[in-house]
Amino acid sequence: MSDMMNVSSNPHIRSKVSTDKIMLCVVLALLPAAGFGVWNFGLNALWQILLTIAACVISEALYELFMKKKLTIFDFSAVVTGLLLALNMPPAAPLWLGPMGGVFAIIVVKMLFGGLGQNFMNPALAARCFLLISFPGIMTNFECDAYTGATPLATLKAGGSVNVLNMIIGRTSGTIGETSMIAIVAGACILLLLGIIDLKIPGSYIITFVIFYGLFGGHGFNSYYISAELAGGGLMLGAFFMATDYVTRPVTKLGQIVFGVILGILTGIFRIFGASSEGVSYAIIIGNMLVPLITRFTAPKPFGRGGERI
Amino acid sequence: MNKCVERLHNGIIKENPTLVLMLGMCPTLAVTTSAINGLGMGLTTTVVLALSNMIIAALRNIIPDKIRIPAFIVIIASFVTMMQLLLQAYIPSLYKSLGIYIPLIVVNCIILGRAEAYAYKNPILPSFFDGLGMGLGFTISLTIIGLLREFIGGCSVFGHELSLFTPIAIFKMAPGAFFVLALLTAIQNQVKLTGEKKGRDVSKIQSGCGSDCMQCAVGDCKDRVMAADNEKEEA
Repeated sequence: MSDMMNVSSNPHIRSKVSTDKIMLCVVLALLPAAGFGVWNFGLNALWQILLTIAACVISEALYELFMKKKLTIFDFSAVVTGLLLALNMPPAAPLWLGPMGGVFAIIVVKMLFGGLGQNFMNPALAARCFLLISFPGIMTNFECDAYTGATPLATLKAGGSVNVLNMIIGRTSGTIGETSMIAIVAGACILLLLGIIDLKIPGSYIITFVIFYGLFGGHGFNSYYISAELAGGGLMLGAFFMATDYVTRPVTKLGQIVFGVILGILTGIFRIFGASSEGVSYAIIIGNMLVPLITRFTAPKPFGRGGERI
Repeated sequence: MNKCVERLHNGIIKENPTLVLMLGMCPTLAVTTSAINGLGMGLTTTVVLALSNMIIAALRNIIPDKIRIPAFIVIIASFVTMMQLLLQAYIPSLYKSLGIYIPLIVVNCIILGRAEAYAYKNPILPSFFDGLGMGLGFTISLTIIGLLREFIGGCSVFGHELSLFTPIAIFKMAPGAFFVLALLTAIQNQVKLTGEKKGRDVSKIQSGCGSDCMQCAVGDCKDRVMAADNEKEEA
Protein backbone atom coordinates (compact mmCIF):
# COMPACT_ATOMS: atom_id res chain seq x y z
CA MET A 1 0.00 0.00 0.00
CA SER A 2 2.86 2.34 0.75
CA ASP A 3 3.98 2.00 -2.89
CA MET A 4 0.60 3.25 -4.02
CA MET A 5 1.08 6.43 -2.06
CA ASN A 6 4.33 7.23 -3.79
CA VAL A 7 3.54 10.34 -5.83
CA SER A 8 5.81 11.38 -8.66
CA SER A 9 5.50 13.22 -11.95
CA ASN A 10 5.43 11.33 -15.24
CA PRO A 11 6.84 9.36 -16.98
CA HIS A 12 5.83 6.53 -14.66
CA ILE A 13 6.92 3.63 -16.81
CA ARG A 14 10.50 3.66 -18.00
CA SER A 15 12.01 1.36 -20.58
CA LYS A 16 15.53 0.01 -20.22
CA VAL A 17 16.12 0.76 -23.90
CA SER A 18 18.47 3.69 -24.39
CA THR A 19 20.07 5.41 -27.39
CA ASP A 20 23.46 3.84 -26.83
CA LYS A 21 22.00 0.31 -26.60
CA ILE A 22 20.05 0.74 -29.85
CA MET A 23 23.06 2.20 -31.62
CA LEU A 24 25.27 -0.63 -30.38
CA CYS A 25 22.75 -3.14 -31.77
CA VAL A 26 22.83 -1.36 -35.14
CA VAL A 27 26.64 -1.54 -35.14
CA LEU A 28 26.46 -5.28 -34.37
CA ALA A 29 23.89 -5.78 -37.11
CA LEU A 30 26.13 -4.03 -39.60
CA LEU A 31 29.15 -6.17 -38.71
CA PRO A 32 28.25 -9.09 -41.07
CA ALA A 33 28.09 -6.70 -44.04
CA ALA A 34 31.29 -4.93 -42.96
CA GLY A 35 33.10 -8.23 -42.34
CA PHE A 36 32.05 -9.56 -45.71
CA GLY A 37 33.24 -6.33 -47.32
CA VAL A 38 36.67 -6.65 -45.73
CA TRP A 39 36.93 -10.33 -46.73
CA ASN A 40 35.74 -9.53 -50.24
CA PHE A 41 37.81 -6.44 -50.97
CA GLY A 42 40.85 -6.71 -48.73
CA LEU A 43 42.62 -4.65 -46.10
CA ASN A 44 42.08 -1.28 -47.79
CA ALA A 45 38.38 -1.66 -46.99
CA LEU A 46 39.18 -2.34 -43.32
CA TRP A 47 41.32 0.79 -43.05
CA GLN A 48 38.65 2.83 -44.80
CA ILE A 49 36.04 1.64 -42.28
CA LEU A 50 38.23 2.25 -39.23
CA LEU A 51 39.45 5.69 -40.34
CA THR A 52 35.96 6.86 -41.28
CA ILE A 53 34.56 5.82 -37.90
CA ALA A 54 37.50 7.48 -36.13
CA ALA A 55 36.99 10.70 -38.11
CA CYS A 56 33.28 10.78 -37.18
CA VAL A 57 33.85 10.20 -33.47
CA ILE A 58 36.79 12.61 -33.23
CA SER A 59 35.03 15.40 -35.13
CA GLU A 60 31.95 15.06 -32.92
CA ALA A 61 34.11 15.18 -29.78
CA LEU A 62 36.13 18.16 -30.99
CA TYR A 63 32.99 20.08 -32.02
CA GLU A 64 31.40 19.52 -28.62
CA LEU A 65 34.62 20.38 -26.81
CA PHE A 66 35.04 23.54 -28.87
CA MET A 67 31.41 24.63 -28.49
CA LYS A 68 31.41 23.72 -24.76
CA LYS A 69 28.57 21.21 -25.16
CA LYS A 70 27.92 17.89 -23.44
CA LEU A 71 30.07 15.09 -24.85
CA THR A 72 27.76 12.68 -26.71
CA ILE A 73 30.23 10.38 -28.44
CA PHE A 74 29.40 7.48 -26.12
CA ASP A 75 25.91 7.07 -27.57
CA PHE A 76 27.62 5.34 -30.56
CA SER A 77 25.57 7.32 -33.10
CA ALA A 78 28.77 8.74 -34.62
CA VAL A 79 30.09 5.18 -34.92
CA VAL A 80 26.93 4.15 -36.80
CA THR A 81 27.26 7.16 -39.11
CA GLY A 82 30.91 6.41 -39.82
CA LEU A 83 30.27 2.71 -40.39
CA LEU A 84 27.35 3.38 -42.74
CA LEU A 85 29.35 5.93 -44.67
CA ALA A 86 32.34 3.60 -44.98
CA LEU A 87 30.08 0.79 -46.22
CA ASN A 88 28.97 3.20 -48.96
CA MET A 89 32.50 3.92 -50.18
CA PRO A 90 34.09 2.21 -53.17
CA PRO A 91 36.72 -0.29 -51.96
CA ALA A 92 39.66 1.27 -53.80
CA ALA A 93 38.97 4.87 -52.73
CA PRO A 94 41.95 6.75 -51.26
CA LEU A 95 42.02 6.60 -47.47
CA TRP A 96 41.51 10.34 -46.93
CA LEU A 97 38.15 10.28 -48.71
CA GLY A 98 36.11 8.44 -46.07
CA PRO A 99 37.35 10.59 -43.15
CA MET A 100 36.61 13.74 -45.16
CA GLY A 101 33.02 12.57 -45.71
CA GLY A 102 32.81 11.66 -42.03
CA VAL A 103 33.77 15.17 -40.94
CA PHE A 104 31.17 16.61 -43.35
CA ALA A 105 28.50 14.20 -42.08
CA ILE A 106 29.07 14.98 -38.42
CA ILE A 107 29.88 18.71 -38.47
CA VAL A 108 27.71 20.05 -41.30
CA VAL A 109 24.78 17.64 -41.45
CA LYS A 110 24.47 16.62 -37.81
CA MET A 111 26.06 19.01 -35.31
CA LEU A 112 25.28 22.32 -37.03
CA PHE A 113 21.60 21.38 -36.96
CA GLY A 114 21.73 20.57 -33.26
CA GLY A 115 23.19 17.07 -32.93
CA LEU A 116 21.52 13.67 -32.75
CA GLY A 117 17.76 13.90 -33.18
CA GLN A 118 17.84 17.26 -34.92
CA ASN A 119 19.44 16.38 -38.26
CA PHE A 120 16.94 16.64 -41.11
CA MET A 121 18.65 14.11 -43.33
CA ASN A 122 20.68 10.98 -42.82
CA PRO A 123 24.26 12.21 -42.19
CA ALA A 124 25.95 9.19 -43.77
CA LEU A 125 23.92 9.48 -46.97
CA ALA A 126 24.29 13.24 -47.16
CA ALA A 127 28.05 12.79 -46.86
CA ARG A 128 28.01 10.11 -49.54
CA CYS A 129 26.16 12.45 -51.90
CA PHE A 130 28.60 15.23 -50.99
CA LEU A 131 31.51 12.98 -51.97
CA LEU A 132 29.69 11.71 -55.06
CA ILE A 133 29.16 15.25 -56.34
CA SER A 134 32.63 16.44 -55.35
CA PHE A 135 34.66 13.49 -56.60
CA PRO A 136 32.52 11.75 -59.23
CA GLY A 137 35.55 10.03 -60.75
CA ILE A 138 36.76 8.38 -57.55
CA MET A 139 33.32 7.59 -56.16
CA THR A 140 32.10 5.71 -59.22
CA ASN A 141 35.31 3.80 -59.85
CA PHE A 142 34.62 0.35 -58.47
CA GLU A 143 37.74 -1.30 -59.86
CA CYS A 144 39.91 -2.82 -57.18
CA ASP A 145 42.34 -5.73 -56.75
CA ALA A 146 39.57 -8.27 -56.49
CA TYR A 147 37.30 -7.11 -59.31
CA THR A 148 37.54 -5.17 -62.52
CA GLY A 149 34.76 -3.81 -64.61
CA ALA A 150 31.37 -2.30 -63.95
CA THR A 151 29.00 -3.08 -61.09
CA PRO A 152 26.29 -5.65 -61.84
CA LEU A 153 23.63 -2.93 -62.05
CA ALA A 154 25.66 -0.94 -64.57
CA THR A 155 26.23 -4.12 -66.59
CA LEU A 156 22.52 -4.83 -66.49
CA LYS A 157 21.68 -1.29 -67.56
CA ALA A 158 24.10 -1.55 -70.47
CA GLY A 159 22.31 -4.70 -71.62
CA GLY A 160 24.82 -7.27 -70.36
CA SER A 161 24.04 -10.31 -68.23
CA VAL A 162 24.91 -10.93 -64.60
CA ASN A 163 25.19 -13.88 -62.26
CA VAL A 164 22.36 -13.42 -59.74
CA LEU A 165 23.68 -16.07 -57.33
CA ASN A 166 27.02 -14.25 -57.02
CA MET A 167 25.14 -11.01 -56.42
CA ILE A 168 23.11 -12.53 -53.59
CA ILE A 169 26.24 -13.96 -51.96
CA GLY A 170 28.13 -10.74 -52.66
CA ARG A 171 31.02 -11.84 -54.86
CA THR A 172 30.69 -8.81 -57.14
CA SER A 173 32.08 -5.30 -57.41
CA GLY A 174 30.33 -2.46 -55.64
CA THR A 175 30.75 -0.37 -52.51
CA ILE A 176 32.34 -1.99 -49.45
CA GLY A 177 29.15 -3.00 -47.68
CA GLU A 178 26.43 -3.21 -50.28
CA THR A 179 27.42 -6.27 -52.28
CA SER A 180 26.30 -9.12 -50.04
CA MET A 181 22.53 -9.40 -49.80
CA ILE A 182 22.87 -12.35 -47.41
CA ALA A 183 25.07 -10.48 -44.91
CA ILE A 184 22.81 -7.44 -44.94
CA VAL A 185 19.61 -9.42 -44.50
CA ALA A 186 21.24 -11.44 -41.68
CA GLY A 187 22.08 -8.20 -39.90
CA ALA A 188 18.63 -6.81 -40.57
CA CYS A 189 17.09 -9.96 -39.05
CA ILE A 190 18.90 -9.22 -35.77
CA LEU A 191 17.36 -5.75 -35.69
CA LEU A 192 13.93 -7.09 -36.65
CA LEU A 193 14.03 -9.77 -33.93
CA LEU A 194 15.15 -7.24 -31.32
CA GLY A 195 12.31 -4.97 -32.40
CA ILE A 196 14.63 -2.07 -33.21
CA ILE A 197 13.25 -1.77 -36.72
CA ASP A 198 10.07 -3.18 -38.22
CA LEU A 199 9.07 -4.11 -41.72
CA LYS A 200 6.86 -1.12 -42.47
CA ILE A 201 9.48 1.02 -44.23
CA PRO A 202 11.70 -1.69 -45.78
CA GLY A 203 8.67 -3.77 -46.78
CA SER A 204 6.74 -0.99 -48.47
CA TYR A 205 9.98 0.31 -50.03
CA ILE A 206 10.95 -3.02 -51.59
CA ILE A 207 7.42 -3.99 -52.68
CA THR A 208 6.85 -0.58 -54.32
CA PHE A 209 10.19 -0.80 -56.07
CA VAL A 210 9.41 -4.29 -57.41
CA ILE A 211 6.00 -3.18 -58.70
CA PHE A 212 7.45 0.00 -60.22
CA TYR A 213 10.27 -1.93 -61.86
CA GLY A 214 7.85 -4.53 -63.17
CA LEU A 215 5.63 -1.86 -64.71
CA PHE A 216 8.22 0.52 -66.13
CA GLY A 217 11.51 -1.42 -66.22
CA GLY A 218 10.94 -2.76 -69.72
CA HIS A 219 11.32 -6.42 -68.71
CA GLY A 220 7.95 -7.03 -67.07
CA PHE A 221 7.79 -9.06 -63.86
CA ASN A 222 10.75 -11.19 -64.91
CA SER A 223 12.25 -12.91 -61.85
CA TYR A 224 15.82 -12.74 -63.22
CA TYR A 225 15.79 -8.96 -63.64
CA ILE A 226 13.86 -8.28 -60.47
CA SER A 227 16.10 -10.40 -58.26
CA ALA A 228 19.19 -8.82 -59.84
CA GLU A 229 17.83 -5.32 -59.18
CA LEU A 230 17.03 -6.26 -55.57
CA ALA A 231 20.39 -7.86 -54.86
CA GLY A 232 22.46 -5.25 -56.67
CA GLY A 233 23.36 -1.78 -55.54
CA GLY A 234 22.49 -0.28 -52.19
CA LEU A 235 18.80 -1.15 -52.11
CA MET A 236 19.00 -3.68 -49.26
CA LEU A 237 21.45 -1.63 -47.20
CA GLY A 238 19.37 1.49 -47.76
CA ALA A 239 16.01 -0.11 -47.07
CA PHE A 240 16.98 -1.84 -43.82
CA PHE A 241 19.63 0.42 -42.31
CA MET A 242 19.29 3.94 -43.69
CA ALA A 243 15.63 4.50 -44.50
CA THR A 244 14.77 3.20 -41.02
CA ASP A 245 16.95 5.77 -39.23
CA TYR A 246 14.89 6.91 -36.23
CA VAL A 247 15.67 10.58 -36.68
CA THR A 248 14.88 10.96 -40.35
CA ARG A 249 11.83 8.73 -40.81
CA PRO A 250 8.19 9.69 -40.19
CA VAL A 251 6.92 8.85 -36.72
CA THR A 252 3.39 7.81 -37.68
CA LYS A 253 2.65 4.26 -38.83
CA LEU A 254 0.80 5.33 -41.97
CA GLY A 255 3.51 7.91 -42.62
CA GLN A 256 6.20 5.20 -42.57
CA ILE A 257 4.36 3.23 -45.23
CA VAL A 258 3.90 6.37 -47.36
CA PHE A 259 7.62 7.09 -46.86
CA GLY A 260 8.55 3.59 -48.07
CA VAL A 261 6.30 3.93 -51.12
CA ILE A 262 7.87 7.29 -52.03
CA LEU A 263 11.37 5.82 -51.68
CA GLY A 264 10.43 2.86 -53.88
CA ILE A 265 9.05 5.11 -56.62
CA LEU A 266 12.05 7.49 -56.47
CA THR A 267 14.55 4.62 -56.59
CA GLY A 268 12.69 3.12 -59.54
CA ILE A 269 12.68 6.44 -61.39
CA PHE A 270 16.41 7.01 -60.77
CA ARG A 271 17.42 3.48 -61.74
CA ILE A 272 15.23 3.14 -64.82
CA PHE A 273 15.15 6.65 -66.25
CA GLY A 274 18.28 8.20 -64.69
CA ALA A 275 21.71 8.40 -66.29
CA SER A 276 23.29 6.45 -63.42
CA SER A 277 22.47 2.83 -62.66
CA GLU A 278 22.02 3.54 -58.94
CA GLY A 279 19.80 5.97 -57.07
CA VAL A 280 19.15 4.69 -53.55
CA SER A 281 21.15 7.44 -51.77
CA TYR A 282 19.43 10.28 -53.58
CA ALA A 283 16.02 8.64 -53.15
CA ILE A 284 16.49 8.37 -49.39
CA ILE A 285 17.75 11.92 -48.81
CA ILE A 286 14.96 13.37 -50.96
CA GLY A 287 12.55 11.21 -48.97
CA ASN A 288 14.11 12.54 -45.74
CA MET A 289 13.26 16.07 -46.78
CA LEU A 290 9.62 15.11 -47.39
CA VAL A 291 9.31 13.60 -43.89
CA PRO A 292 7.91 16.71 -42.10
CA LEU A 293 5.19 16.95 -44.76
CA ILE A 294 4.39 13.22 -44.55
CA THR A 295 4.20 13.34 -40.76
CA ARG A 296 1.91 16.33 -40.90
CA PHE A 297 -0.59 14.76 -43.27
CA THR A 298 -0.63 11.35 -41.59
CA ALA A 299 -0.98 12.50 -37.98
CA PRO A 300 -3.60 10.36 -36.23
CA LYS A 301 -6.75 12.07 -34.99
CA PRO A 302 -6.69 12.77 -31.26
CA PHE A 303 -9.24 10.84 -29.20
CA GLY A 304 -12.55 12.65 -29.18
CA ARG A 305 -11.99 14.57 -32.40
CA GLY A 306 -13.61 13.98 -35.77
CA GLY A 307 -16.98 12.45 -36.53
CA GLU A 308 -20.26 14.31 -36.54
CA ARG A 309 -21.15 16.91 -34.00
CA ILE A 310 -24.37 16.31 -32.21
CA MET B 1 33.08 65.44 -46.47
CA ASN B 2 32.97 63.66 -43.14
CA LYS B 3 29.54 62.34 -43.96
CA CYS B 4 30.82 60.84 -47.20
CA VAL B 5 33.51 58.85 -45.38
CA GLU B 6 30.89 57.71 -42.89
CA ARG B 7 28.69 56.47 -45.77
CA LEU B 8 31.63 54.49 -47.22
CA HIS B 9 32.37 52.88 -43.84
CA ASN B 10 28.67 52.15 -43.39
CA GLY B 11 28.40 50.40 -46.74
CA ILE B 12 31.58 48.38 -46.55
CA ILE B 13 31.57 47.28 -42.91
CA LYS B 14 28.65 48.28 -40.71
CA GLU B 15 25.82 47.44 -43.10
CA ASN B 16 27.63 45.24 -45.59
CA PRO B 17 24.83 44.42 -48.05
CA THR B 18 25.73 40.75 -48.44
CA LEU B 19 26.81 39.64 -44.99
CA VAL B 20 24.75 41.94 -42.75
CA LEU B 21 21.73 43.14 -44.72
CA MET B 22 21.42 39.86 -46.66
CA LEU B 23 20.44 41.71 -49.82
CA GLY B 24 21.18 40.74 -53.42
CA MET B 25 21.41 37.01 -52.63
CA CYS B 26 20.65 35.92 -56.20
CA PRO B 27 23.85 37.26 -57.85
CA THR B 28 25.79 36.44 -54.66
CA LEU B 29 24.98 32.76 -54.90
CA ALA B 30 24.85 32.42 -58.67
CA VAL B 31 27.88 34.18 -60.15
CA THR B 32 30.55 33.69 -57.50
CA THR B 33 31.99 30.54 -59.02
CA SER B 34 35.31 32.36 -59.44
CA ALA B 35 36.96 35.44 -57.94
CA ILE B 36 36.99 37.23 -61.31
CA ASN B 37 33.25 36.73 -61.74
CA GLY B 38 32.58 38.01 -58.23
CA LEU B 39 34.79 41.04 -58.77
CA GLY B 40 33.22 41.82 -62.16
CA MET B 41 29.67 41.48 -60.87
CA GLY B 42 30.49 43.60 -57.81
CA LEU B 43 32.11 46.43 -59.77
CA THR B 44 29.31 46.50 -62.36
CA THR B 45 26.76 46.77 -59.58
CA THR B 46 28.85 49.45 -57.84
CA VAL B 47 28.82 51.70 -60.91
CA VAL B 48 25.06 51.28 -61.38
CA LEU B 49 24.42 51.79 -57.68
CA ALA B 50 26.49 54.96 -57.29
CA LEU B 51 25.19 56.62 -60.47
CA SER B 52 21.53 55.71 -59.98
CA ASN B 53 21.70 56.88 -56.33
CA MET B 54 23.11 60.17 -57.55
CA ILE B 55 20.43 60.73 -60.21
CA ILE B 56 17.61 59.70 -57.87
CA ALA B 57 18.91 62.07 -55.20
CA ALA B 58 19.05 64.86 -57.79
CA LEU B 59 15.47 64.18 -58.90
CA ARG B 60 14.07 63.46 -55.42
CA ASN B 61 12.00 66.67 -55.31
CA ILE B 62 10.57 66.14 -58.79
CA ILE B 63 9.59 62.44 -58.59
CA PRO B 64 5.99 62.14 -57.32
CA ASP B 65 5.68 59.99 -54.22
CA LYS B 66 3.06 57.61 -55.62
CA ILE B 67 4.99 56.49 -58.69
CA ARG B 68 8.49 56.61 -57.24
CA ILE B 69 9.20 52.89 -57.71
CA PRO B 70 8.58 52.90 -61.50
CA ALA B 71 10.65 56.08 -61.72
CA PHE B 72 13.53 54.40 -59.82
CA ILE B 73 13.31 51.35 -62.07
CA VAL B 74 13.54 53.47 -65.23
CA ILE B 75 16.66 55.24 -63.94
CA ILE B 76 18.30 52.01 -62.75
CA ALA B 77 17.44 50.14 -65.95
CA SER B 78 19.00 52.89 -68.07
CA PHE B 79 22.30 52.56 -66.24
CA VAL B 80 22.18 48.76 -66.37
CA THR B 81 21.64 48.87 -70.14
CA MET B 82 24.59 51.21 -70.50
CA MET B 83 26.79 48.93 -68.39
CA GLN B 84 25.65 45.88 -70.33
CA LEU B 85 26.56 47.45 -73.68
CA LEU B 86 29.90 48.67 -72.33
CA LEU B 87 30.79 45.23 -70.96
CA GLN B 88 29.75 43.57 -74.20
CA ALA B 89 31.99 45.94 -76.14
CA TYR B 90 35.10 46.02 -73.97
CA ILE B 91 35.15 42.91 -71.70
CA PRO B 92 33.30 40.27 -73.75
CA SER B 93 34.70 37.38 -71.69
CA LEU B 94 33.19 38.75 -68.48
CA TYR B 95 29.97 39.60 -70.33
CA LYS B 96 29.74 35.98 -71.43
CA SER B 97 30.39 34.44 -68.02
CA LEU B 98 27.99 36.74 -66.14
CA GLY B 99 25.28 36.17 -68.77
CA ILE B 100 21.70 36.80 -67.67
CA TYR B 101 22.83 38.21 -64.31
CA ILE B 102 23.84 41.55 -65.87
CA PRO B 103 20.30 42.56 -67.01
CA LEU B 104 19.04 41.17 -63.70
CA ILE B 105 20.97 43.92 -61.85
CA VAL B 106 17.85 46.02 -62.56
CA VAL B 107 15.93 44.04 -59.96
CA ASN B 108 18.83 43.73 -57.52
CA CYS B 109 17.28 44.65 -54.19
CA ILE B 110 20.39 46.51 -52.95
CA ILE B 111 19.95 49.16 -55.64
CA LEU B 112 16.22 49.62 -55.16
CA GLY B 113 16.70 49.38 -51.39
CA ARG B 114 19.31 52.16 -51.27
CA ALA B 115 17.24 54.33 -53.60
CA GLU B 116 14.22 53.98 -51.35
CA ALA B 117 16.02 54.07 -48.00
CA TYR B 118 18.69 56.69 -48.64
CA ALA B 119 18.91 58.45 -52.00
CA TYR B 120 15.26 59.50 -52.10
CA LYS B 121 15.66 61.73 -49.05
CA ASN B 122 19.31 62.82 -49.02
CA PRO B 123 21.43 65.25 -51.04
CA ILE B 124 23.41 64.23 -54.08
CA LEU B 125 26.95 63.85 -52.72
CA PRO B 126 26.16 61.65 -49.67
CA SER B 127 23.85 59.55 -51.87
CA PHE B 128 26.66 59.00 -54.35
CA PHE B 129 28.99 57.91 -51.56
CA ASP B 130 26.29 55.73 -50.03
CA GLY B 131 25.97 53.91 -53.36
CA LEU B 132 29.73 53.69 -53.69
CA GLY B 133 30.13 52.27 -50.15
CA MET B 134 27.33 49.75 -50.57
CA GLY B 135 28.70 48.74 -53.96
CA LEU B 136 32.23 48.29 -52.62
CA GLY B 137 30.91 46.27 -49.69
CA PHE B 138 29.06 44.06 -52.18
CA THR B 139 32.18 43.79 -54.35
CA ILE B 140 34.42 42.80 -51.44
CA SER B 141 32.02 40.13 -50.17
CA LEU B 142 31.46 38.71 -53.64
CA THR B 143 35.18 38.61 -54.37
CA ILE B 144 35.93 36.83 -51.10
CA ILE B 145 33.15 34.28 -51.70
CA GLY B 146 34.36 33.78 -55.27
CA LEU B 147 37.97 33.44 -54.14
CA LEU B 148 37.13 30.78 -51.53
CA ARG B 149 34.87 28.83 -53.90
CA GLU B 150 37.44 28.97 -56.69
CA PHE B 151 40.26 27.90 -54.38
CA ILE B 152 38.45 24.99 -52.70
CA GLY B 153 36.38 23.93 -55.70
CA GLY B 154 38.94 24.32 -58.46
CA CYS B 155 42.29 24.76 -56.71
CA SER B 156 43.07 28.02 -58.51
CA VAL B 157 43.37 31.69 -57.53
CA PHE B 158 42.09 34.38 -59.95
CA GLY B 159 42.33 31.85 -62.75
CA HIS B 160 45.90 30.72 -61.95
CA GLU B 161 45.91 26.96 -61.61
CA LEU B 162 47.65 25.57 -58.55
CA SER B 163 47.93 21.85 -57.98
CA LEU B 164 48.05 21.55 -54.22
CA PHE B 165 45.17 19.14 -53.59
CA THR B 166 42.27 17.37 -55.28
CA PRO B 167 39.62 20.07 -55.73
CA ILE B 168 36.29 19.52 -53.96
CA ALA B 169 34.06 20.16 -56.96
CA ILE B 170 30.88 20.73 -54.95
CA PHE B 171 32.16 24.18 -53.95
CA LYS B 172 31.88 25.30 -57.57
CA MET B 173 28.22 24.28 -57.61
CA ALA B 174 25.18 25.75 -55.89
CA PRO B 175 25.61 23.99 -52.49
CA GLY B 176 29.14 25.37 -52.21
CA ALA B 177 27.81 28.92 -52.54
CA PHE B 178 25.54 28.33 -49.54
CA PHE B 179 28.36 26.75 -47.51
CA VAL B 180 30.73 29.67 -48.06
CA LEU B 181 28.10 32.37 -47.58
CA ALA B 182 26.95 30.76 -44.33
CA LEU B 183 30.54 30.47 -43.11
CA LEU B 184 31.30 34.15 -43.79
CA THR B 185 28.04 35.28 -42.17
CA ALA B 186 28.83 33.16 -39.12
CA ILE B 187 32.31 34.74 -38.85
CA GLN B 188 30.76 38.19 -39.18
CA ASN B 189 28.28 37.42 -36.38
CA GLN B 190 31.05 36.01 -34.20
CA VAL B 191 33.11 39.18 -34.61
CA LYS B 192 30.04 41.22 -33.71
CA LEU B 193 29.30 39.13 -30.63
CA THR B 194 32.87 39.26 -29.28
CA GLY B 195 32.82 43.01 -29.83
CA GLU B 196 29.63 43.19 -27.80
CA LYS B 197 31.14 41.16 -24.98
CA LYS B 198 34.13 43.47 -24.81
CA GLY B 199 31.73 46.33 -24.24
CA ARG B 200 31.99 48.03 -27.59
CA ASP B 201 28.83 49.66 -28.80
CA VAL B 202 27.59 47.57 -31.69
CA SER B 203 23.93 48.53 -31.47
CA LYS B 204 24.31 50.53 -34.66
CA ILE B 205 25.38 47.42 -36.55
CA GLN B 206 21.94 46.14 -37.34
CA SER B 207 20.30 44.32 -40.18
CA GLY B 208 18.84 47.17 -42.17
CA CYS B 209 16.38 49.39 -40.35
CA GLY B 210 14.48 46.76 -38.39
CA SER B 211 13.64 49.23 -35.66
CA ASP B 212 10.23 50.29 -34.47
CA CYS B 213 8.82 53.15 -36.53
CA MET B 214 7.09 54.63 -33.47
CA GLN B 215 10.43 54.91 -31.65
CA CYS B 216 12.39 56.14 -34.62
CA ALA B 217 13.55 59.73 -34.53
CA VAL B 218 15.96 59.66 -37.43
CA GLY B 219 14.29 58.64 -40.65
CA ASP B 220 11.47 60.47 -42.30
CA CYS B 221 10.24 57.22 -43.76
CA LYS B 222 7.93 56.67 -40.79
CA ASP B 223 5.24 59.05 -42.11
CA ARG B 224 5.07 57.13 -45.35
CA VAL B 225 5.02 53.70 -43.66
CA MET B 226 2.33 54.75 -41.20
CA ALA B 227 0.22 56.34 -43.95
CA ALA B 228 0.40 53.08 -45.89
CA ASP B 229 -0.64 51.15 -42.77
CA ASN B 230 -3.60 53.47 -42.23
CA GLU B 231 -4.71 53.02 -45.80
CA LYS B 232 -4.57 49.27 -45.37
CA GLU B 233 -6.66 49.41 -42.22
CA GLU B 234 -9.28 51.59 -43.88
CA ALA B 235 -9.49 49.23 -46.81
